[in-house]
Amino acid sequence: MNTPITRLYIVFLLLFGVLVVGTSWNTVFRADELRNKPQNRRQLLEQQRIRRGTIRAADGSVLARSVRRSDDTFTRLYPQNGLFAQALGYSFTRYGRAGLEQSRNDALTGTTNELGTIFDRLSGTQPEGDDVRTTLDASAQRVALQGLAGRKGAVVALDPQTGAIKVMASVPGYDPNAIGEPGRFTRLNQDQDAPLLNRNTQAGYTPGSTFKVVTAIAAIDSGEFTPNSLVSGRNLKPISGVPLRNFGGESFGLITLTDALTHSVNTAWATVGEKLGKRTMAKYMNRLGFDEPVQVDLPPEERRASGEFVGGKLIRPTSGVVDVGRMAIGQDKLNVTPLQMAMVSAAVANGGRLMEPHLTDRIVDRDGRTVDRIQPREMSNVMSAQSAGEVAGMMGKVVEEGTGTAAALEGISVGGKTGTAEVGHSCPNQVWFIAFAPLHDPKVAIAVTIECSAGTGGDVAAPIAKNVMQELLK
Amino acid sequence: MSARNRELLALVPASLLLTAGFAAVFIERDNVLSNVSLTFGGIFLGLCLAVHIVIRFTLPHADPYLFPLFAVLACFGLVMIYRIDENLAREQAQWFVFGLILFTATIILLRDYRVLERYRYTIAAGGIALLLLPRVPGIGQNVNGAYLGVGIGPLSFQPAEFAKIAIIIFLASYLRDTRQLLVTGGRKFLGITIPPLKHFGPLLLVWGVAMAMLFFIQDIGSSLMFFGGFLAVLYVATNRISFVAIGLSLFAVGSWVLYNIRPTITNRIDAWQHPFGALYDKPGGSYQLAQSLFAQADGGLFGSGFGQSLLTVGTGDDKIVLLPAAQTDLIYSVITNELGLLGAAAVICTYLLAVERGFKIATLARDSFSKLLATGLTAVFALQVFVIVGGVTQVIPLTGVTLPFISYGGSSILANFVLLALLLLISERARADAEAPT
Repeated sequence: MNTPITRLYIVFLLLFGVLVVGTSWNTVFRADELRNKPQNRRQLLEQQRIRRGTIRAADGSVLARSVRRSDDTFTRLYPQNGLFAQALGYSFTRYGRAGLEQSRNDALTGTTNELGTIFDRLSGTQPEGDDVRTTLDASAQRVALQGLAGRKGAVVALDPQTGAIKVMASVPGYDPNAIGEPGRFTRLNQDQDAPLLNRNTQAGYTPGSTFKVVTAIAAIDSGEFTPNSLVSGRNLKPISGVPLRNFGGESFGLITLTDALTHSVNTAWATVGEKLGKRTMAKYMNRLGFDEPVQVDLPPEERRASGEFVGGKLIRPTSGVVDVGRMAIGQDKLNVTPLQMAMVSAAVANGGRLMEPHLTDRIVDRDGRTVDRIQPREMSNVMSAQSAGEVAGMMGKVVEEGTGTAAALEGISVGGKTGTAEVGHSCPNQVWFIAFAPLHDPKVAIAVTIECSAGTGGDVAAPIAKNVMQELLK
Repeated sequence: MSARNRELLALVPASLLLTAGFAAVFIERDNVLSNVSLTFGGIFLGLCLAVHIVIRFTLPHADPYLFPLFAVLACFGLVMIYRIDENLAREQAQWFVFGLILFTATIILLRDYRVLERYRYTIAAGGIALLLLPRVPGIGQNVNGAYLGVGIGPLSFQPAEFAKIAIIIFLASYLRDTRQLLVTGGRKFLGITIPPLKHFGPLLLVWGVAMAMLFFIQDIGSSLMFFGGFLAVLYVATNRISFVAIGLSLFAVGSWVLYNIRPTITNRIDAWQHPFGALYDKPGGSYQLAQSLFAQADGGLFGSGFGQSLLTVGTGDDKIVLLPAAQTDLIYSVITNELGLLGAAAVICTYLLAVERGFKIATLARDSFSKLLATGLTAVFALQVFVIVGGVTQVIPLTGVTLPFISYGGSSILANFVLLALLLLISERARADAEAPT
């Protein structure tokens, strides 16, 4: 009987082998698939047991912190309520995460430091998240929100020398503390006004005349034009075979590029655009960060690209369907994010060197040691310092005597550009203002835009930019 | 070195594992080693030593490795249960004391276990009666549609755990007498040996009744074990693959019929095939299996660490049980989550070593009854491991049986101590005979 017993043992050997294979299958080979099942909430619940790090404004004031509940799990509290709603985002077990809460989740949950995690495990202490110190300025943000005064739009301001974002306001907003309330999240998601949307990085607007700054950069830095080059500003000049209208039907003779920017003459800039051609325009747009998701430390799904769009799809500026003359004045099929336009302004302000925008200043551990500092990083060298100086001078004139006088600051010279894009019949205008100040040693670059607004960028958006810059330059 | 000294030496790793395991849980839990914890470990080590002394005096020649292997499993289980719920661990430790008493009693009372052969029909009837108990009104307990337990006052036990031993004893003793007749008396039909009904009849009857009872009380897991055990003993007794083939085909047909007529079984199979499908949030659906798989996925290669597994969330009304029956059915998933693939594979290997010792005892035994009994007991033990581990890893449909010596449960502990005692008794006789031939 010993032979069948041995055979029987071999059968069990094989059966147990199958068990090990089955376990390997679950723990290794299809582990990722299992982790990503919608029913699997282990990861989220696991992280709920971790004390997330605190998120602070640039001055150290608390923007988000974790409080312990009676069952030893943690919940998130936002002491400033909706002040930085979209930029900060939210973090709730049931609803997931957004904004910085998502993009800096690894630091906030302490999962970046693998060694530390293992040590914590051995010593039995719960892993703790690191704190995130942002570059955000609470008082300037308040000024921006007051300026928007409930009108749908966005304000984004950054330091052109470092890329540190000081203000990121998007209206309408929401109170992240209330997301946990029953039904609230669904309502926010279904709201026609899209309060969860970070309009600075997720909304695409027609840039209108603010885009003339991009054309000016291309014109000057390519060497094809100087600020004093003369172009015709005649009204109803044919551009791509179709007559183009100047704002208010005004007609100009031969004017310098500086004057053409000061008075935002459409036909003059469209002519410049046609002369430069698509390739040159595409080159400078690319250097400025167009055509790819806007660079900032927010989650990828909260960042969109700026550029020419056909049927919701991004196309290259060199494409055959692009009307380069109309693109040069910010019309055609252009769709841009407010942050992208602030970057245009920042590139001019920083002598042609575009710094990568960021919301995080540094990661600090529980004991106050800086774990990681976000160093200013040059995204691209857009133009020569001389070209930047010349474009800056042209933008200075806009605020000094042109369409942007409402942004003038007392005792500080400002460079800027207005934009008033006609977007359709249901909506009056998309108004814009992009600017930087002080003109000769810029500390702040800004973009302001309001949806469906009466009036012009100079009347509506420029005063908001002025107040925010004033607050930031204090 | 004598067998008993080897056993004592082999207990050292078990005790080290126990100490290390408890230390890990305590560090995780309290940040300090508490006195209670040390007492706990001490008591368990004392128990191991007590069993060792019992074996030393009563069964000096018995297999030296079987008990240390079981001790490793038991202490590992105790640590896991302690980590899930301290109170359950205390109860489990008490069950170990009762188990030890039963173990000693079995060894002393069944010194010549061959007397069991004389009472084979009584034992068979007793086994079937045990299986019927959960259906008796007043004491039967219904859990998720299955009648698994019997409750008398505060005590509750699972008769199937004991019934499996009774049935194996019957099969072993019956087949010892009739195995020759089954093979030689059979007729060939289409190249397959059909055993004579006269001798096969009673066997089929007892087995059939046992199976019917199992479906009557809806304990699919135990029925798989019984059936597998039956086939194993039959195969070893007759050395006929054809019998196994007939058995397996009968089983396939039976399963197919039951799948179509029994909603609980339909449910189990569907939940197994589509754990993340529509059955996920149905009562008695695939939630348990899905969560078991999620827990294993989180374990990865090395696991999340002792005491780190997430079992429940929230308290009071908000409490969500992530791993239902973590201390019994899903204890393997908890192990995989905390110790990873490596830890889980180590547990499987320990079981495999124990199974190897069991079959070794069967091969060394001199008489047919001992061989068949050792084979049967080892086979049901191994099958029980396969049924529950296969169930929680989605290798086979999930049915609730305990993981022997690791899962929480008094009946399981007691029954497995009896099983261990029987194996050691068989081993003692075989090895003593070998050492002192008469």
